[in-house]
Amino acid sequence: MKIDRRSFLSCVIGGAAGTALTPLPWKITDDISIWTQNWPWTPVPADGETNYVKSACTLCPGGCGISVRKIDERPIKIEGMKGHPVNDGGICSHGLAGLQLLYAEQRIKTPLKRTGKRGEGKWEAVSWDAAIAEVVKNLKGLRSKGRANTIASITGTDTGTVNRLVKRFLTAYGSPNYMTIPSIQDAYELAMESMHGSKTLPSFDFDNADFILSFGAGLLDGWGSPVSMFKTNSIWRDNKASMVQVEPRLSNTAAKSDQWVPVNPGTEAALAMGMACAIINDAAYDRNFVENHSHGFDKFKKLVTTDYTPDKAAEITGIKKTVIVALAKKFIKAAKPIAVCGRGKGKVPGTLNEVVAVHALNALAGNINKKGGVFTSPASDHMKWPEISIDSVAKAGLDKDRIDQAGSKKYPASSLLNRLPEVLKKDLINILFVAGANPLYSMADTKALNQAFEKIPMIISFSSYMDETASAADLILPNHSCMERYEDVCSKAGMQKNVISLAKPVIPPLFNTKNTGDVIIEIAEQMGGQIKDSFNWNDYESCLAETFGDKWDTLLEQGYITAEKCKYTGEAFNTSSGKFEFPDSGKAFIPAPGLIKIEGDEKSYPLILIPYDSMRLASGYTGDTPFAIKTVEDFVLAGKDSLAEINPKTAASLGIGNGKYAILTTPKGKVRIKLNLSEGIMPGLIAIPRGLGHSAGGRFLADKGVNVNELIGTVEDPVSGLNAAWGIRASLKKT
Amino acid sequence: MKKDHKNKKYGMVIDLDKCTGCGSCMTACMAENNVPFREDESVKTLSITWMRVYKLKNGKSFPDADICYLPRTCMHCEGHHGHAPCVSVCPATATDYSSETGIVSQIYTRCFGCRYCMGACPYHARYFNWWDPVWPDGMKKMLSPNVSPRMRGVVEKCSFCFHRYQLAKDKAFAEHRENDEVYEDEYQTACTQACPSGAITFGDLNNPDHAVFKLKKDPHAFRLLERLGTNPKVYYVSSREWVRRAGDNYLKHEKTGLKPKHH
Repeated sequence: MKIDRRSFLSCVIGGAAGTALTPLPWKITDDISIWTQNWPWTPVPADGETNYVKSACTLCPGGCGISVRKIDERPIKIEGMKGHPVNDGGICSHGLAGLQLLYAEQRIKTPLKRTGKRGEGKWEAVSWDAAIAEVVKNLKGLRSKGRANTIASITGTDTGTVNRLVKRFLTAYGSPNYMTIPSIQDAYELAMESMHGSKTLPSFDFDNADFILSFGAGLLDGWGSPVSMFKTNSIWRDNKASMVQVEPRLSNTAAKSDQWVPVNPGTEAALAMGMACAIINDAAYDRNFVENHSHGFDKFKKLVTTDYTPDKAAEITGIKKTVIVALAKKFIKAAKPIAVCGRGKGKVPGTLNEVVAVHALNALAGNINKKGGVFTSPASDHMKWPEISIDSVAKAGLDKDRIDQAGSKKYPASSLLNRLPEVLKKDLINILFVAGANPLYSMADTKALNQAFEKIPMIISFSSYMDETASAADLILPNHSCMERYEDVCSKAGMQKNVISLAKPVIPPLFNTKNTGDVIIEIAEQMGGQIKDSFNWNDYESCLAETFGDKWDTLLEQGYITAEKCKYTGEAFNTSSGKFEFPDSGKAFIPAPGLIKIEGDEKSYPLILIPYDSMRLASGYTGDTPFAIKTVEDFVLAGKDSLAEINPKTAASLGIGNGKYAILTTPKGKVRIKLNLSEGIMPGLIAIPRGLGHSAGGRFLADKGVNVNELIGTVEDPVSGLNAAWGIRASLKKT
Repeated sequence: MKKDHKNKKYGMVIDLDKCTGCGSCMTACMAENNVPFREDESVKTLSITWMRVYKLKNGKSFPDADICYLPRTCMHCEGHHGHAPCVSVCPATATDYSSETGIVSQIYTRCFGCRYCMGACPYHARYFNWWDPVWPDGMKKMLSPNVSPRMRGVVEKCSFCFHRYQLAKDKAFAEHRENDEVYEDEYQTACTQACPSGAITFGDLNNPDHAVFKLKKDPHAFRLLERLGTNPKVYYVSSREWVRRAGDNYLKHEKTGLKPKHH
């Protein structure tokens, strides 16, 4: 057949029309979309009965109640517990992602014994019996040599029954070396002791306050009990309360406050004193409180009016005198003003001077032990355990000094983990327990602590996860994860309510792990003698049940119990004078400038590096989960690079542009880092967030960014011995 | 469109004065909706976040600089009579505007990944699955059966936790309620529920008994890119003028709070 124009055209047109009329193309498009979607590996989650289990979040000391949604036996989501006195349904990013810690790749699945070199990552799985037997053998050996005082422990906090069991074990065994991870609470505890006469934490009745003056405290960046603080902030908004944030960087707290007062870093105490002077000059302080319920005011007055006039304070802090005076006026005129401190989340205790100076403002306002003011919170007394029976070996050990010298005349703080690198010599600590803490990541001057740890022959980690500290351990006795265990959580930080919540097993243990409480009781039992007698419980659960007595059922059912609210005690103080003690130069206070000088000389290090805290980065015992790290902004973390915040003026003077690499050097170390130019930071400063730069913690977290703790050293507060380093001098160079 | 008293118009009012930028809403959304995650999520255009919190700056230099956080969900635009920008362009009818709830749906099995909707959406609220979602060993166990995990090659976005509406509706039906009425507290999105600050309020914008009905009338309330005519159902409230200005492209002489002419 001849193909002419006519037949060609009719074939093409006919073909086109035919194709369009058949369902074929549509069928094919449809099939393509089905083929490209029906991959067998796209999971189909199993359905079942929805049920909820009440528990408590153990990830920070905030003490939030949680409600875990389960499908049959499978926990699928964590939500905030409605009606819980701390968080009432709200919940933070980390709490929400808690299940990712249950299923985390870095979970430790069985007791492990190190086989290779320390930190090499070579482990041998051992049975619980063998692991505990090894611990007991070593503990007995030390004790028989009369070296009972050479064991030590590091726990996250000193509240809760598990931490107290560790403490009790050390005491019964004969060691005074019970250490905790430092925080601003250590400094507040000492300030309260010298000013209120009770070594306890202050409670801030924030909800009822109408003027909040924060000296760098990241009230909305994770300070105290974060979710509770967010709720309080919303109350402030509704009540039209004022909030002023004093800090060199525009943090989220500063951005949310009514006034941001950028201050030269480390000079916050001078501002507080300058304000005190302005208040005293105006005679605007609460006369009734100062004259009738305080002691030492005249000395204090002399100190501030000579050394801290608003002029002098202006010179030190870099804040205009008019601003200082106006701020003092606003503060003292408010009906319920509260002054508070603790940089960021309060990870560094800071200098006692600062806490004392800031708290003196509360006294000048007379807003102490009153509604909307600051209280001495009564210590939680729910742990009424029988007296520890102490044998002669224990007595000999307990009579020895603590390694960190905490509690001595020179160093009044309760625990001084920051001093360990300086004081630790061979044979001073032979066995170290680490539970609920990751000091080799979270402590400032990480490298020095690492070197100190090398002098300890046996490190026993109770971590659920292969974190930095567990990686450097010799033996790991893994705790259940937070979803698999009982644990009481005492909320305390800054709360006006004493709430104890109960974390409960939501799912049977996935792996061969054991509750640290049970392990301590078991070790004590195998130690025998009087140590065994001090641990007269069958297991941890019965210890908990006995501890809470008639409240145990409520705790199990309701998920929490509320202890009495702080009493509005009026003007009762436990000091020797029976009155509030103003700081004076003889006591917890040193005269001007009274500020902490940070490490590094100005010539080689013209800039200052300060760490900052963010709610999106967990920086304590556990690090960010895959969900949480996803919320970190691209101007904080880009790929594997951290970004350092710096003022455009500073960057311009160095000739480095936004997003460009630079070499950051401090007396402690050197890193390559990208720059994030920000107008929200004072010129001359570099800010890096805490929470990045993990070397362990699973592939979603490890090796991302810079650990700022490795770049910063510690500076001992001359009054307390606590770490007061608020930053370090640094230099930046173009790469 | 039929005006029926039964028709709902679910929407949100977000108080930016209360939002602290903590990121809870983002995580709550991911955990609720089986949102996948990869090792590196720092390239934000590729990072699937149905709820994303933006950091706004006032553009001033130190010390007058100011920042504000703005949580961005899908705006569930109503447009003119349900012609949301994405709905109008979808060739597969994979996304649709429900006049019953005011929710813009996304039907993954219909989507064939042309991404027209992503181009059309002025809010960058839509995300494409460039990769198959992979959950690390064990983490598949925390997937919720109420939301189907998506596959490579489809677009996904915030659904206002539609599965929660369905569950609430089922309950209302089982209890033989009149018109299967769903109460305000029975249907709340995961982000609203989690927000520690109580900054997010969710409910039926048509229902005078719901909190959002009143809150959206706040003199400081605004919507994003309102003058494009997208008619979004997410309202923001901020006492700061510069934040309200950041919500749309204003000329220097223009004032905020102007309503689009064609509405």
